[in-house]
Amino acid sequence: MYNYYLTIVLAPLAAAVVAGLFGKQIGRAGAHWITILAVGLSCGLSVVVLKEMFWGGALAENIHVYTWAVTDGLRMEVGFLVDRLTALMMVVVTFVSFSVHIYTIGYMHDDPGYQRFFSYISLFTFSMLMLVMSNNFLQLFFGWEAVGLVSYLLIGFWYKRESAIFANLKAFLVNRVGDFGFILGISAIVMFTGSLDYADVFGQADSIAAQQFEVFPGTPWNAMTVACILLFIGAMGKSAQAPLHVWLPDSMEGPTPISALIHAATMVTAGIFMVARMSPLFELSETALAVVITIGAITAFFMGLLGIVQNDIKRVVAYSTLSQLGYMTVALGASAYSAAIFHLMTHAFFKALLFLAAGSVIIAMHHEQDIRKMGGLRKYMPITYWTALIGSLALIGFPGSSGFFSKDLLIEAVKESHWQGQGAVYWIAYLSVLLGVFVTALYSFRMFFLVFHGKERMDEETKSHLHESPWVVTVPLIMLAIPSAIIGWITVNDVLFNNYFGDAIVVSSAHDVLAHIGESFHGSLALLQHAPQTPVFWLAAAGAFSAWFLYLKRPDIPATIQSKLSGLYTLLDRKYYFDDLYIKGFAAGGRGIGSFLWEKGDQLIIDDVIVNGTARSVGRLAAVMRQIQTGYLYTYAFAMIIGMTMLLSWLIWFR
Amino acid sequence: MIGLQHYLTLSAMLFVLSIVGIIINRRNLILILMCIELMLLAVNFNFIAFSRHLGDDTGQVFVFFILTVAAAEAAIGLAILVVLFRNRRSINVQELNTMKG
Repeated sequence: MYNYYLTIVLAPLAAAVVAGLFGKQIGRAGAHWITILAVGLSCGLSVVVLKEMFWGGALAENIHVYTWAVTDGLRMEVGFLVDRLTALMMVVVTFVSFSVHIYTIGYMHDDPGYQRFFSYISLFTFSMLMLVMSNNFLQLFFGWEAVGLVSYLLIGFWYKRESAIFANLKAFLVNRVGDFGFILGISAIVMFTGSLDYADVFGQADSIAAQQFEVFPGTPWNAMTVACILLFIGAMGKSAQAPLHVWLPDSMEGPTPISALIHAATMVTAGIFMVARMSPLFELSETALAVVITIGAITAFFMGLLGIVQNDIKRVVAYSTLSQLGYMTVALGASAYSAAIFHLMTHAFFKALLFLAAGSVIIAMHHEQDIRKMGGLRKYMPITYWTALIGSLALIGFPGSSGFFSKDLLIEAVKESHWQGQGAVYWIAYLSVLLGVFVTALYSFRMFFLVFHGKERMDEETKSHLHESPWVVTVPLIMLAIPSAIIGWITVNDVLFNNYFGDAIVVSSAHDVLAHIGESFHGSLALLQHAPQTPVFWLAAAGAFSAWFLYLKRPDIPATIQSKLSGLYTLLDRKYYFDDLYIKGFAAGGRGIGSFLWEKGDQLIIDDVIVNGTARSVGRLAAVMRQIQTGYLYTYAFAMIIGMTMLLSWLIWFR
Repeated sequence: MIGLQHYLTLSAMLFVLSIVGIIINRRNLILILMCIELMLLAVNFNFIAFSRHLGDDTGQVFVFFILTVAAAEAAIGLAILVVLFRNRRSINVQELNTMKG
């Protein structure tokens, strides 16, 4: 299997290098062929690996590949830890990446940066695989930063656009905040255990939990809580959890394929994956879990609300991504790691699908993204319509779709998770995820109805050109629609209840909500029949119905609500003023401090007073001293004599 | 009887004369050189006077040395003066102020 793993990781890297450095020589077709073949190879091999894990009974492998450096007993290595969690992630990543590669041929067809784009997304696949296959914190961090870098490059792919540059800088800076926490977390781990290796660290988890650590002098904290919260701050940045979520909606400035691949399906779930991977650590700190669940709950509900007022098709999907990431985080906080990973998987498929469908609509609309100018696209784009419907149904958790199984069981897990000391946190989380279902259904179908149904609000020019997208666009849609529809049905039992993850995910028995649910779980069909008796089903139905009523039946009502509740609307429209706070508070404050230090500290004090001031006073002194230097011999002689006389007088009279 | 103090007085007078010569002479560089020689001679006078007074010949040996060095120094001084004159066509002290700050 060793060669498989190496090939899976290195094939996309090699393709990225070739497409990136020799893009001119191999041409556009060469660039897409080589990257698609490489990622296809990775995808195929990943499926083989997953199959071996799942049916072949292959055991988890912890492979050391290369020792990069050893310093003071700290080994920095490159290695692969391939267990079932990793195998699942590998398949999700490479499969979505593969679909997106194909889709890109259609979407980026006329773009001058074609080869560059393929190089970047292949590089992304490599980085993401390094992240998920890592067996140590350093490589995890490498992958973490590498996906961040590629995300930065791709958000700013159209680098001549002012807004794209703003967005990618914003994404980069906000991620720095998270990454700062992350690297502190890794440092804390190294400090407590002296090792970067997962196996070593997890082996010493109990001893970390037994230690105290003073963050502020005089207030000892549990070392595990400190480490876990710091690591989770990293996850908050990468997985766009409130309050570090602001970069994700803006990242939609990038081309749509990468919104699907990076900012919906894979990179943003790296934080979820990381926390699941660190489950042996997080399990030992209930405080950290409470923080995780609270942040997740806030993100899940409040970011969903924002989706309702957005008019840019991609931003609606982006806010829904935020909200769904919040769901996953809530599941992590409820110790239902498997449920989080399961939702991650189904979400990767249906959200990538929704993004690609949105992209297909955008192509048809000639890069118009405002859903108020769309409508009635159903009859022009049947394939996009049906796949988008599947995606939307999966997103709201329509019974039978993949989203139904993952979200229903996720909410069930949160409901069951009231162990000792949860208290208010539990209720916040449970209510958020429950109400979030209604909100999700509302914004999803609002977008769906506004785009595909109702009056055709586009101008005549656009309308005359409307047609279904080419096959390179629709095939990936179909490729993703299939798992979006059925993957939940097939895998729910195995992934959640049959101890699929084995040792990869550790849950302490007190927290094991999924085992508790599993006792009353009798297969997919039973769950499906049970669906109408759950509040989740009715909330989703109510949401979809409200969307239908408000945006198709009585399109005049939303405007009325908007004017009646203008305060609330403004709050939502301004995104809870987070952007204003960050831009006017932190960014402007930072620039203010910077220009203050620059103008007053550097220019005035250092340059003017200290450096130039020294020169000036020397100059002034010299101007006075210069008067003495007449240049005439006799003056010097006279000075010498005077000096001599004084010296001698001193010698004679004062010695 | 001519005693030590007479010699010393003469020597001091010569020395002061040479100083005054250096300071108030504003025209001729040769005069300055001559004043320096005079200054050295004033010092020599002191040496000889004290040598005689103390009955120690070392002072007179010193005088020989100083005279030798003074002769060499005068030669060098005149040589510099000649070069200076060639370059600037003048040995006027008033004009030699390139060191003015």
